[in-house]
Amino acid sequence: MSRFNPYNDNGGTVVAVAQGSRVVIGGDTRISNGYNILSRNYNKVTQLTSTTFIATSGQVTDAQALHKLLLAKVALYKHQHGNEPSLRALSKLLCVTLYSRRFFPYYTFNLLCGVDDDGQGKVFGYDAIGSFDELKYGAQGSGQQLSISILDNQMKGTNRTDSYSFNSDPVGLVKDVFNAIAERDIYTGDHVLIWDVSPQGINQSTFRLRSD
Amino acid sequence: MLKSPYDTDCITWSPQGRLFQIEYAMEAIKQGSLCVGLKSNDYAILATLNRAPSKLAEYQQKLYEIDEHIGLCFSGLTADGRLICKYLRTEALNYKYTHGTNINPQRLVGKLSDKAQIKTQRHSKRPYGVGCLVIGLDENGPHVYETSPDANFYEYYAVAIGARCQSAKTYLEKNYETFANLSKDELIIHAVKAVKSSAQSDVELNGRSVSVAIVGRDTPFKFLTSEEVEATLLHLGQAMEVEV
Repeated sequence: MSRFNPYNDNGGTVVAVAQGSRVVIGGDTRISNGYNILSRNYNKVTQLTSTTFIATSGQVTDAQALHKLLLAKVALYKHQHGNEPSLRALSKLLCVTLYSRRFFPYYTFNLLCGVDDDGQGKVFGYDAIGSFDELKYGAQGSGQQLSISILDNQMKGTNRTDSYSFNSDPVGLVKDVFNAIAERDIYTGDHVLIWDVSPQGINQSTFRLRSD
Repeated sequence: MLKSPYDTDCITWSPQGRLFQIEYAMEAIKQGSLCVGLKSNDYAILATLNRAPSKLAEYQQKLYEIDEHIGLCFSGLTADGRLICKYLRTEALNYKYTHGTNINPQRLVGKLSDKAQIKTQRHSKRPYGVGCLVIGLDENGPHVYETSPDANFYEYYAVAIGARCQSAKTYLEKNYETFANLSKDELIIHAVKAVKSSAQSDVELNGRSVSVAIVGRDTPFKFLTSEEVEATLLHLGQAMEVEV
């Protein structure tokens, strides 16, 4: 007789790339359970303030509970301070929120991204219990290992002997990364929702992926 | 009001069936500065006359956002008012977290009244020392409510509370029947006029001493900026001169 397991991985991948004052966030729209697909049209990214987003992979119910909680905390912050929290403030808030569940964690792997007070685009990557670090680019989820290899190659110039040049279009890069992951990761596919965030505004787009 | 032998605490009735402590608490509202609330079919507006403790001080804020569809202002013991504001914000946020929708303003006001009632039936507590005006939006449109220390709440077309509110009430009584179809700007002008009618001649009316906020079907709760308030006051000042 097997014990009830509260955790379940619903698959999927999220990716974020920061460049200058801009950050591009992508999340695929597939939720799975084992070998079954539960939805091809699910959004894994939530906008928390006018300049910050949280992208979460892992267990969908925990991700929804976490996003709801953060939205309520942001609303409370706005009432108490009279303005929106900065990305920096939110990064710590997410950390302590995750750690408060240290002994029954949210099964969530998060990327917190946006434009900070200093006008720079930033990405913060988290583990399930709140350990976080500021990154230039990040990936979480079932396609993490596949995407990080490509991102390291394109953003840092690792594993190549030819002359390295920085990819000029982060949106194109994110699309390329998702196309590559969808080929090999069964849990990633269907569509990618992409947010292009900068101080000038937010541009949202949808990109089709393989549905198999 | 004369002193009475039955007014020591909340739990003592007078022979006439009155609770004097509650009635004394209602007097505290009249000491506070003016609050005005009014509505049309599409908008509800709150306007307050703010006080500063001295010439050196900033004007004290009395108008607060509770949620994107609800706003609050109060007259009386401002400390009580701020705590009430905190309570209402928490309740509205909890409701939104649990139900995924905005709380019905009447329910929220009802919760406040329930809390106020407890303070009228304990020997160890005192009633709230503020009357609150709440504007809120639900599926039927905008609403204006008044709460008071006696734990009642009432809905209004237009209302004024606080010091010298009778002048504002008289102005509103004369004009409220025309409010229903007014535009946002016309309604704001009525609100500021109501505040002006109660202000004594030595009180300075400017963008900081007068606060105005609005909520509507297509407008989440927002404050008018001090520049917008100044512009309305200026416009009214010129209009008043023309009338004379």
